[in-house]
Amino acid sequence: MRYVYADNAATTPVSKKVVEAILPYMTEHYGNPSSLYAIGQTAFSAVDKAREQVAAALGADKKEIFFTSGGSEADNWAIRGAAALGAKKGKKHLITTKFEHHAVLHTMAALEKQGFTVTYLDVYEDGLVRTEDVEKAITDETCLVTIMYANNEIGTVQPIAEIGKICKDKGVLFHTDAVQAVGHIAINVKEQNIDMLSLSGHKFHATKGIGALYCKKGLRLPNLIEGGAQESGRRAGTENVPGIVGLGVAITEMCENIEENAKKVSALRDRLFEGASKISHSRINGSTEKRLPGNFSMCFEGVEGESLLLMLDMNGISASSGSACTSGSLDPSHVLLSIGLKHEVAHGSLRLSLSENNTVEDVDYILSVLPGIIDRLRSMSPLWDHIVENEKQ
Amino acid sequence: MQYSEKVMEHFANPHNVGEIPDANGVGEIGNAKCGDIMKMFLKIENDIIVDVKFKTYGCASAIATSSIATDMIKGQPISEALKLTNKAVVEALDGLPAVKIHCSVLAEQAIKAALADYYKRQGIDPEPIVGKIEEHDHDACHI
Ligand SMILES: Cc1ncc(COP(=O)(O)O)c(C=O)c1O
Repeated sequence: MRYVYADNAATTPVSKKVVEAILPYMTEHYGNPSSLYAIGQTAFSAVDKAREQVAAALGADKKEIFFTSGGSEADNWAIRGAAALGAKKGKKHLITTKFEHHAVLHTMAALEKQGFTVTYLDVYEDGLVRTEDVEKAITDETCLVTIMYANNEIGTVQPIAEIGKICKDKGVLFHTDAVQAVGHIAINVKEQNIDMLSLSGHKFHATKGIGALYCKKGLRLPNLIEGGAQESGRRAGTENVPGIVGLGVAITEMCENIEENAKKVSALRDRLFEGASKISHSRINGSTEKRLPGNFSMCFEGVEGESLLLMLDMNGISASSGSACTSGSLDPSHVLLSIGLKHEVAHGSLRLSLSENNTVEDVDYILSVLPGIIDRLRSMSPLWDHIVENEKQ
Repeated sequence: MQYSEKVMEHFANPHNVGEIPDANGVGEIGNAKCGDIMKMFLKIENDIIVDVKFKTYGCASAIATSSIATDMIKGQPISEALKLTNKAVVEALDGLPAVKIHCSVLAEQAIKAALADYYKRQGIDPEPIVGKIEEHDHDACHI
């Protein structure tokens, strides 16, 4: 049986180049970057080089890059830090969207408990924030606007440069969770007026548990992790040297091929959309234009997402869904609800996230099994019978 | 979260799927908003469940519990079917993840709803025999 990995938004395989680059930092150059002897210094230089690579990929300066344990930590640091700075000036209002990752939403909820107020902007049916809404929501009390670059479930890409400009003009800090975007679409923090940006290595072929926060020069966030003097005294803990080396290699590799990959991957995705849209009672979630190259998200009425996933898995296809059953709660994903889907439609969601490793054959294989699986689930679904009956009337 | 092999077996190849055109007891429980609906069809002769089929919309555990619950009551007298508990269904499946226990409750309720329908069709008040069938409104998503 063919195996197709189509869950690259969850995580990605580590690239060969990354594996090769990382290995010596576990076996030979295993020194602590803070140590003064040779193998320590080799490790120090490697971390420094990776910092340059990450900075180059974002159009930033290497002094503005701080390595973290991943996207969640970077989000927590940026938001809690900006909130603390704001509170000092009596500014206790934050702005975000309804469909952020939980790393942002749960941090916001924690801040609300501490007396901050949070505005959650709508994202509309197309999964896009309206810049007018951002502008209107900013008040004299606002200390931070945080809006994700690209959504992890439906892949919609927000008007980041426009929002950056608005925040700059109003003198409000702007953070973006770019975990799904980095390495897949071109970013320039200076041109886009981004003050802080979170990224995570395992979404672009580096290893899990490594990420970074870009924090613009002159913005001194309070520390989230206290301890040793690593990361210019701003993020304690002995550096994850292999992870950092891999992050630098992966981001460079991705950015070198960013346009070529985007072209290839979006063509595959469009082929998937075209094929799957032939299935009756289906809909695409979110804008098809302002979208990550690899993101496919659709709902199929009358079927439930977890069953769909497991049947795809039995056919060798790894995918994801925002149904309640897969979210581990009893409600479907907040992302699908935020774009106005009814619960019963959102339960039938399917996300396929492609990478440049996927092929036309992969897509055609998915399209050869998906309609049959949906037919099978519908044939045993009383909900499907209700849908068909209602239409007859 | 992980499913037992038994759950995956019943999900991959569910038993007793379909409808019984001349069923004399039909019950449906759950709703679309919560993400699971179970419909049970019973054919009862001389107080014996001679045939049972189901249709289920829901996750793998909803389909697996429907499948095993129908196996457990097929060929049984009504009195035995009334004794079927969600716990027995969970045990027969070698366990269910905690967040999926409500699926087994649905299976038990769907069978009871079908039996209640069987009595109603004969002009018999089902409640003293079958008990109360819980209305599965949205709040009941959280059983
Ligand atoms: C948009 C977004 N933000 C944050 C995260 C969290 O990143 P990490 O897993 O590196 O903590 C993820 C990944 O799951 C994500 O998709």
